[in-house]
Amino acid sequence: MDDLDRRLINRLQHGLPLVRQPWQILADELESDPQTLRARVQALLDDGTLTRFGPMFDIERLGGAFTLAALSVPEERFDAVAAQLDAMPEVAHNYRREHAWNMWFVLGCATPEGIAETIRYIETQTGLPVLNLPKEETYHVGLHFSV
Amino acid sequence: MSDCISQFDGRSDLSRRLVELTEAGLPLVDDPWAWIAERLSISVEATLELLQALQADGAIRRIAAVPNHYRLGYRHNGMTVWDVDNAEIARLGPLIGSQPFVSHCYRRPRCEGWHYNLFAMVHGRNAEEIDAYRAQIRTLLGDACRADEMLVSSRILKKTGLRIAASAR
Repeated sequence: MDDLDRRLINRLQHGLPLVRQPWQILADELESDPQTLRARVQALLDDGTLTRFGPMFDIERLGGAFTLAALSVPEERFDAVAAQLDAMPEVAHNYRREHAWNMWFVLGCATPEGIAETIRYIETQTGLPVLNLPKEETYHVGLHFSV
Repeated sequence: MSDCISQFDGRSDLSRRLVELTEAGLPLVDDPWAWIAERLSISVEATLELLQALQADGAIRRIAAVPNHYRLGYRHNGMTVWDVDNAEIARLGPLIGSQPFVSHCYRRPRCEGWHYNLFAMVHGRNAEEIDAYRAQIRTLLGDACRADEMLVSSRILKKTGLRIAASAR
């Protein structure tokens, strides 16, 4: 990763400007050219430094729903349950955390009913109760990692 | 929820199609708005207006690159959870959320087997860094907090980002 990559990653976390020629604006700011920048972003996606490039939606504002949920999975079944969740399109992220509730995941659905249905499905598939913790208030969302 | 939906009257179908089209990502092309416009069968100008309206409303936070924080050296993340006095949380939630080391901060329900109502995610390059952030939050909450824990992530099991497109079931 060189200096241009670092400046590009920092800049892109703030978002592409919604103007007619967004890549040209970025190129002017970073003293590069649009083709180089796009090739750099592609390389950073390919090597896993960036996980995604695109609109970051607040799904609830679009009528969708999501929630944070957790399972307390017996150690011997952990990988099998992780694989069950991995296969479900509604599961966006899933992390192992060191706690009695050891599997934490985010569910995203088109409707609130979809969330309830998905939780029932997980409980049926795994035989484990789901801890469902939908957010009641957002105090802050703003991930920025400077490199 | 109904408040949110009503804001998108007339635009909701287009918004939904935009989400389906781009939730996996935007292609790295010279003119991304033209790429979207073509697929939504609207003009480039209308596409840009739609994106601007959605961003102004908060439905699109931004069109951005999401870094893999593990790869950038932020290998430690702790979900700190706090049992905060109900009478104090409206005042303390925004204060904790405004700390520069907190990336996400929410109030969530207490339920059986879970009594923490304030969640604050912290990220750091080493374990000491996130321990220090937790200590700072504890100081800010003071007596309003009865108990807390930090759930450290030890493995990413899945990270695809939110999708709301129709699922298989």
